[in-house]
Amino acid sequence: MWWTRLRALIVKELLAVLRDPKGRAILIGPPILQLLVFSYAATLEVRNVDVMILNRDSGHWGQELVERIEGSPTFRRIDIAANPDQVRQAIDNQAVIAAVEISPDFSRHIEAGTAVDLQFILDGRRSNASQIVSGYLTQIAAGLAAETPAGKRATARAVSTIPRNWFNPNLTYQWFMVPNLIASIALLIGLIVTALSIARERELGTFDQLMVSPLRVHEILIGKLIPPMMIGLFHITAYILAAIFLFELPLRGSLFMLYGSSLFYLASVVGIGLFISALSMTQQQAILGAFLFMVPAMLLSGFATPIENMPDWLQPVTLINPLRYFLIVVKGVFLKDISLAEVIDQTIPLCLIAMVTLSAAAWLFRRRLE
Amino acid sequence: MSTSSISGRMRRFAALVRKESYQAMRDPSTTLITFVLPLILLFLFGYGVSLDVTRTRVGLVMEETTPLTQALAASFQASRYFSVTTRQDRRFFEEDLVNGRIRGILVIPAHFTTDYAAGRRPQIQIIVDGSEPNTANFVQNYAQGTVANWERQRQTLIAEEPSAITVEQRFWFNPELTSRYFLVPGSIAIVMTLVGTLLTSLVVAREWERGTMEAMMATPVTAIELLIGKIFPYFVLGLAAMTLCVLLAVFLFGVPFRGSILALYALSATFLIPALGQGLLISAVTKNQFLASQLALISAFLPAFLLSGFLFEINSMPTVIQWVTYIVPARYLIPSLQTVFLAGDIWLMFLHSMAVMLLIGGVFFVLAARSTRKRIG
Amino acid sequence: MTSIPDKTELVRLSGVTKRFGGRSPALDAISGSILGGEITGLVGPDGAGKTTMIRLMTGLMLPDSGTVEVLGFDTAQNPAAIQASIGYMPQRFGLYEDLSVQENLNLYADLRGLPKNERTATFDELLTFTDLKRFSDRLAGKLSGGMKQKLGLACALLKKPRLLLLDEPGVGVDPISRRELWKMVENLTREGIGVVWSTAYLDEAEACNAVLLLNQGKLLFSGKPSELTARAEGRVFKVSGMSGRKRQVLAKLLDQEDVIDGAIQGEAIRIVTGNSALPDILPAGDGAAVVPAPPRFEDAFVDLLGGGPGGRSKLAEAQQTLPAKDDRPVIEAKGLTKAFGDFTAADDITFAIRRGEIFGLLGPNGAGKSTTFKMLCGLLKPTAGEGRVAGFDLRRDAASARNQLGYMAQKFSLYGDLSIGQNLDFFAGVYGLSGQRKRARVALMNEIFDFGRHAGQSSKDLPLGLKQRLALACAVMHEPQALFLDEPTSGVDPITRREFWTHINALVEKGVTVLVTTHFMEEAEYCDRISLIYRGRSIALGSPDALKASVVSKDNPDPTMEDAFIALVERSETGAKEAA
Repeated sequence: MWWTRLRALIVKELLAVLRDPKGRAILIGPPILQLLVFSYAATLEVRNVDVMILNRDSGHWGQELVERIEGSPTFRRIDIAANPDQVRQAIDNQAVIAAVEISPDFSRHIEAGTAVDLQFILDGRRSNASQIVSGYLTQIAAGLAAETPAGKRATARAVSTIPRNWFNPNLTYQWFMVPNLIASIALLIGLIVTALSIARERELGTFDQLMVSPLRVHEILIGKLIPPMMIGLFHITAYILAAIFLFELPLRGSLFMLYGSSLFYLASVVGIGLFISALSMTQQQAILGAFLFMVPAMLLSGFATPIENMPDWLQPVTLINPLRYFLIVVKGVFLKDISLAEVIDQTIPLCLIAMVTLSAAAWLFRRRLE
Repeated sequence: MSTSSISGRMRRFAALVRKESYQAMRDPSTTLITFVLPLILLFLFGYGVSLDVTRTRVGLVMEETTPLTQALAASFQASRYFSVTTRQDRRFFEEDLVNGRIRGILVIPAHFTTDYAAGRRPQIQIIVDGSEPNTANFVQNYAQGTVANWERQRQTLIAEEPSAITVEQRFWFNPELTSRYFLVPGSIAIVMTLVGTLLTSLVVAREWERGTMEAMMATPVTAIELLIGKIFPYFVLGLAAMTLCVLLAVFLFGVPFRGSILALYALSATFLIPALGQGLLISAVTKNQFLASQLALISAFLPAFLLSGFLFEINSMPTVIQWVTYIVPARYLIPSLQTVFLAGDIWLMFLHSMAVMLLIGGVFFVLAARSTRKRIG
Repeated sequence: MTSIPDKTELVRLSGVTKRFGGRSPALDAISGSILGGEITGLVGPDGAGKTTMIRLMTGLMLPDSGTVEVLGFDTAQNPAAIQASIGYMPQRFGLYEDLSVQENLNLYADLRGLPKNERTATFDELLTFTDLKRFSDRLAGKLSGGMKQKLGLACALLKKPRLLLLDEPGVGVDPISRRELWKMVENLTREGIGVVWSTAYLDEAEACNAVLLLNQGKLLFSGKPSELTARAEGRVFKVSGMSGRKRQVLAKLLDQEDVIDGAIQGEAIRIVTGNSALPDILPAGDGAAVVPAPPRFEDAFVDLLGGGPGGRSKLAEAQQTLPAKDDRPVIEAKGLTKAFGDFTAADDITFAIRRGEIFGLLGPNGAGKSTTFKMLCGLLKPTAGEGRVAGFDLRRDAASARNQLGYMAQKFSLYGDLSIGQNLDFFAGVYGLSGQRKRARVALMNEIFDFGRHAGQSSKDLPLGLKQRLALACAVMHEPQALFLDEPTSGVDPITRREFWTHINALVEKGVTVLVTTHFMEEAEYCDRISLIYRGRSIALGSPDALKASVVSKDNPDPTMEDAFIALVERSETGAKEAA
């Protein structure tokens, strides 16, 4: 009997989302957009850089440095400045992000084996990018230095460093981005679909229709819970397939663990969605509510920037963010083959969040009926 | 006709503005979008999102302990970029790296001291967590830097050859490289996008939904008066939200403000033209609050976030996406705002940005006015 | 002043056609005219094309073919000139809910260019006229439906228009407010203003000077309402004093060949015949008497549409007779009280509804009838008192009680994105029907209501009549003992309404119990008993005839249900004043 009722409700919820062209558009549009724009555009890599060189040295070494910078694939346009004013203008107007100033006695000092200064001017307004550019330039300068007479003597005794990138040997940015997207798409869709579900019924007047049926409150909640989870699983699966076949990510861990953990993740997301839904009277409020949760959740998840970079007092706030835990699981399963124990460690908080938000939603929901 | 006389026009316009202001002040969602959301965003970008790597946790493996390796270890421990745990065996750290508890392992190999003395170029391994490419890059660069510094100091200490080329880096405008300094001005542009596009599209769509737009249209008001009267208060609100953010940026987050107030307002006001125009266009096309909010998020908020150069370098994006960024108004505002804050008034740049924003705004307005002609259906 | 009513032609429609999408036209080659100095009713059920027609007259919409001339201007050429001298009140009154009464007036005064020096006088006049003076600082959203409507009217009248367009001003407004509004509008016509009043209520149509009767985009009639009514002259009869149950009698009468329409009116039955011969009233029993009755607009409308449905209900025939186990009431309210803060929406409401009875809740908007209704179907928890359905206490056995009730909401409130079949499946499912029985019930509903052709269509795109049938099908799918109907037929055409009541009447005969709220006075006549709710209290309870009899006076020897409603409310009003 209860199963008949519940099944009817689940089928109805799925149909209500999928039959409406607007509903379908929301399920298909943003995910595709997110996958393409994020994975290709949202990169902190720095490429195609424009730089300016003010070469006041007339000797060989200055020219050699200019040629090496020109030869590097990172740089797109190299402008040669005639005077410091041009450098200032180009930086000010962001025509270039960095400028290299070679002093007039650059070659002479190098030939003489004495120390020489090389000046990089970088645009601090884009400090992140300019730091990376500075790294590239420093490497070029170091390469040059190694071939100077003094450098040749020095490197003979230098210590060498061997970088090893575990899990992602070429530091491919998409290997980092796509797992993040798998977790965040489920948040985006799960939250919107659930947050809207009750608010929409309230606005259309069908909510009363549900409430006078023999469905019990917990049945309604379960009926509202399962369809968004199914939709979320669908999106996760679609993204996983894209990750493997389109972006060619390695899948090193167990998919079974990934799906197991994702059930709890989805339950916690949907719990938050239901809570927002029970709280809002109109679809408008539900959307704003979901948005108000989503933006901080994305920013404070370790997706954009590592949690350990945040101030100490802010870090505990991330503990209630389900995305934080699931990100570790997705990246772990794809790239690192993490152990079952670690997956369980991350899944327990998800389970707790789901329990708290679902009970809160149920409580609020009942109270709203008064 | 007397109804189209100048005074009649002004009176109708003033009436529309007054009405809209009353409504805006009485609607809680206005407060939410204009003042609460900006605070949250600013707060998140001021504190939460930081691209500065400070004290990344790394493991240091010392496979031998000699005065030489201890000196090297000490320079890692002294680095302000690392928080170092030292062990003798790398196996101790491997699981931590898998679980993300540390971001890298630095290995000083056995025989380091003898190899160093013999000039056999001992190798220090820097193992990083490639699943976080940014952090991985930073750890690599700073670890290499630390080793290089250590060597240089050692060479000077033993009074041998000075290094061949010393690089002197000067980061103009933001010498400390505080990411907050460019994130906070950028987030002001996002706040104005929210007020200008999201809020405006919602309130205009609401008029369509509630049928008040229809009642308005059946009066002698012209479509242009209706549109301008509608957005004027949100123009003011947008500037108010911006002012709030600037005050917070300067006084709470300590972002320097080196430009002029005039430039700040000129840029912001110009930016609001395309932002409001886009909001109007969205609402005129959808006439439905739900769709309008979705469209505003997808076509205004996300691009302002992702395709404006705020967080991600436009130059690094695929060419097709770079083309798209040219029609994102925030792309022009964000660098200019960062300049007003950090560099000062650079009018050449501002005028160029303002011209492009005006152009985009003009296109939006023409489209919006065409679809809001006084006709239904 | 001796202003002679100006009967010039204000609007001329010639061959106006308007289409939305590929479906049949919303307006199909309409021609007609609207005169100054009178009220022209734009009459028809929802979806007939009334709103489209009004929008065409404002110039906000252009016809696909044909022309609309308003005040001598073509709407396609010079909409601005038209908009400068018309008043328009759209369906939801066009008010800003978050502005106060005065702010709304100021806004429209500025937009319409009302000179500053005339304002004080105009505002004063309008606020007095609409009796809103006391509320000028109140937000429009906080006004009752009737007050909003008056404010909407005031805004439309700020700069005295030559043509006033009112789109369904009577919807959602109780009979008292409707009458007041009507009087105001009548006063305006004396000054020569032409008024277009669109409505789905046929009694309103009857009072207009002229009507344009629309149905499914076609103009069925244009002229004085009395002309149309006269067509049914001599074919309307009232049957009274019958032996046997009136609903069965009505069903049998309707099945007679020459009877084209019939409805219950208290203890009597009104019938309309195809010819003027006295009808055969054999089914009514020996003691029954039949007398000619004055025709009404609605009779003629039904006649024009080709007559109402027969008296048989396949739905009820498929239903088992509910055994009368005992005499316990099926729906019971005992001292039901609901307080929201310090406002008591329903105060100590008590009644008991027997098996097989139709019980009506009547009352002005906001009087508490919806609150009472919602408490009885378990949507609201009462502050005090108890409600029972089929013997189950709504607080303790809510789910069991709900299994026994069917519910039909005011607006169409099924899932618009689902097809008919999916809605039926869903409601069968939530009421626990499965397997063979579910298939059988769904198939039966499809057959009875003839959904076949539309089965795959999203239900929000269905014509209103079909939506209404679907709502009924979903409500009765699980054969409930009690049916809760919240304004079930507002806005539907009279044929659909007849069909609906044929089903309800037949179900009642099978032992189903019905609780109905309504604004429709005609619908109230179908009830066995009525409780009139006013200011949260039940101020009268009795059969329709008893209520009507209680207000008989010398001036009004044969009061209608609406007269009774108004008189009883006024009586309670004066009673309250005297007590105070």
